[in-house]
Amino acid sequence: MTDSSRSAPLFIGAAVACIFGFGYTLSLIFYQTPLSAGPLYFNQKIFYYHVPCAFMLFLAVIICGIASINYLRGRNQKWDDVSVAAAEVSVVFGTIVMVTGVLWAKPAWGKWWVWDARLTSALLLWMTMIAYQLVRKYGGAGSERLASGLGVFAMVNIPLVYASTRLWKTNHPSANTVPSLDPSMRAALWFSVLLFTVFFILLLRLRIDARRAERRLYECREMALDAGIIE
Amino acid sequence: MSIDAVEVRGLGKRYGLHRALHDVDLDLHAGGVCALLGPNGAGKSTLLGILSSIVKPNAGVVRYLRAGEALAADASLRREIGVVAHESFLYTGLTALENLDFWGQLYQVEGLEQRSRDLLREVGLDEKAWERTAGTYSRGMLQRLSVARTMLHEPSVLLLDEPFTGLDRGGSQALAEALSGAVKRGAVVLVITHDLESIAGITTHVAVLRRGKLAFEERRASGYSFEELKDTYHSHSE
Amino acid sequence: MDFLRYVKTLAWKDVRVEFRSREIIYTMSFFAAMVVLLFSFAFSRQSATSSEMMDVSDLSPGFVWVAVLFAGTLGLSRAFDRERETGTMRALLLAPIPRAAIFLGKSVAIAIMVLVVQAVVVPLVALFFDAPLFAHPLPLVITLLLGTIGFSVVGSVFAAMLLKAGSRDVLLPVVLYPILVPLFIAAIKATAAMLDGSLEDCWFWIRFLAVYDTIFLIAALWTFESLVIE
Repeated sequence: MTDSSRSAPLFIGAAVACIFGFGYTLSLIFYQTPLSAGPLYFNQKIFYYHVPCAFMLFLAVIICGIASINYLRGRNQKWDDVSVAAAEVSVVFGTIVMVTGVLWAKPAWGKWWVWDARLTSALLLWMTMIAYQLVRKYGGAGSERLASGLGVFAMVNIPLVYASTRLWKTNHPSANTVPSLDPSMRAALWFSVLLFTVFFILLLRLRIDARRAERRLYECREMALDAGIIE
Repeated sequence: MSIDAVEVRGLGKRYGLHRALHDVDLDLHAGGVCALLGPNGAGKSTLLGILSSIVKPNAGVVRYLRAGEALAADASLRREIGVVAHESFLYTGLTALENLDFWGQLYQVEGLEQRSRDLLREVGLDEKAWERTAGTYSRGMLQRLSVARTMLHEPSVLLLDEPFTGLDRGGSQALAEALSGAVKRGAVVLVITHDLESIAGITTHVAVLRRGKLAFEERRASGYSFEELKDTYHSHSE
Repeated sequence: MDFLRYVKTLAWKDVRVEFRSREIIYTMSFFAAMVVLLFSFAFSRQSATSSEMMDVSDLSPGFVWVAVLFAGTLGLSRAFDRERETGTMRALLLAPIPRAAIFLGKSVAIAIMVLVVQAVVVPLVALFFDAPLFAHPLPLVITLLLGTIGFSVVGSVFAAMLLKAGSRDVLLPVVLYPILVPLFIAAIKATAAMLDGSLEDCWFWIRFLAVYDTIFLIAALWTFESLVIE
C-alpha cells in the first residue's frame, strides 16, 4: 500500500541486526579490548557508546538542518517530518552523550563536569535541539516554520560553536587525556559507530513513519467529516 | 500594470496537522465584489493571506492576470494589492502625514505629498490633526487614516478581512466610499465579513468556505440583497 | 540602490518613533544598569584578611555582556511588539519591497538601541568595578560594534519569526541564546583580552566576531523571507 509497508522486511531485518550487533559490541567491549590503565580503568568502556552517540547527535542536527531548509523552500510537509524526526532523535542521542560524558568525566578528570570543548559544544547543540522541541510544542500554529528556522541556524552554528568553545579553553590540559587507542579498541569503536548509525537510521525512519501515519489518520478523519460520516 | 483577474487553482494549506484549506478553486474578476463567507476557522483568512502573498500554500497556485496573461510573482506584484483588516496598519508614534509618507515611500507613490494631503481631505480627517501622532487619535480618526493609507497606492486588487469590525459610522462611510470607488475603477475586490448588511447591494459573487473546502459558489450580476446573502450563508455553512 | 534606500526608510522610521517616546531606550538602559548593580551585589566579596573589598574587575567583561544581552532581549521583544500591535509587520510584508530589507532595517534600528545601552553600561561597569575598559578605545569600540551587529542580526530574525507565536516572550530567549553563545564567548574574550592588555588575542577574537556576523548576516538575509511567510 505505501512505501513504509513495502520496506517492512528490510526494516525488521535492520532491527534484528541491531539487537545482535549490540550483543556483539558488548562482547567486543568487555572481552576483546584491554582494560585501560590509570584512573579510568573500567570506566573507559563508556567511551565505546559515548563517542558514536556524539557522532549521531551531530549527524542528526545536520539532517534536521538540511530538512528544515528544504521545508522552508517548498513547504513540503514530508521534509518537515524528517526535520521533526531528526530533532527528536538528536535529543535522545544528546541525552545519552551528556549522561555518559558526566560518568566518564568523574574518574577521568576528577569532576562530574569539565568545560571541555567537545563536551561543551555537544551540550550547546543538545540545548539547541531541546529549544527546538520547546518551539514545536509551545509555538502554536505555524510552529513548524519557527522550528525549521531554528534547525537551519543550529546547523550553521555547529562550526562556530565548536571553534569558539575550543578556542575559549585553549590551554585546557584535560583535552589531551584521551588515551591513544589500542587497535582492538579502535575496531570495537568503529563497529559501535556502525551499529549506532544503523540504529539511528532505524529510529529516524520509525519516527518519520509515525508522523506520516498520524497525518494519514488525520486526513482520513477529514475525509469522513467531509462525507458527513462522522460529526 | 493593473490586475484584472485572479485565478486560484487547487489551493491547499495545512498548519501542522490542521487543514486550513483544501483543493480550493476560485476565480475573481475586476469590477465585482466577491464575498467570502464561512464560519470561524473555515480558512477564510488563510485564503486571503495566500492571495496577499504572506502565506505560502502547500499545494496549488494563485495566478494574477492582466489581459489574460499571468504576472510574475515578485515583490512588484505586491504594489497592486491592498489589504484592509481590522488592524489599522499605522504607526501610533508617527503623525498622519509621516505615516502616509512612510508607506508611500515603500509603495513608490508618485507625487506623494500632494496625494497624501488630497486623500486626508477626501476621508475627512481634520486638517488640524495632520501633524499630531496617530496615538492621540480617536478610533474614528484612526480608521479614516487607515482607509487613506490603503488607497494611497491605488491597488487593483483589494482584499478586506473583517474591515467593518469596530468601525464607527464615519469610518464605515469612508470605507464604503473607498470600496465603491475601487469597484468603479475596475479593481478586483474580495471581502471577508460577518457583517452581511454592509456588503449587501455591492456583492456580485458569493463563495462559502467550510472546513477549508469551497462549499458553495455563485455569481449574480444583479447583486445580492441582505436577505439573499443571509439565506445563502446559512444554507451552506452548516 | 533601491534596497538600501528601503533599509534606510525602515530604520529611520523606527528611530524616529523611538526617539519621540524613548520608551525602549530608557527602560533598556535602566534594566541594564540594574543588572550591573545586581552583579556587584552578587560578586563583590570582602577579602578574608582585610576589610577591603576584593577586586572583581577581571569579571567586568562578563558583566558588560550579560547586561547587554539581557537588556537587548528586552528591547528586541518590545521593538517587535510595536510592529504587532497595529498589524504593521503584516503591512510591511505586504509592501512591494524585498522582504530582506525589512529585516535589515529592523536590525539597524535594534543595533542603534543596543549601542545606546552600551554607552550606559560600559562606563557604569568601569566606574563600579574600577575596570580599565577604556585603556584601548579602538578595539573596545570595534568589539562593541561587532557584538551588537551579531546580536541585532540573529535577534531580529528570531523576533520577527516569533512575532505571531503564542508564547513569544519566553520562546525568544530560548531560541536566541543557544545560537548566540559563540558570539557571547568571543565578545567576552575580546573584552577580557583588552583588559589584560594582550591586544593580539583581542584582535583574534574580533576577527572571530566578524566571521560570526558575516555568516549569520548571510544566513539571515537568505532565510528571512521564508521564515516570516506563514
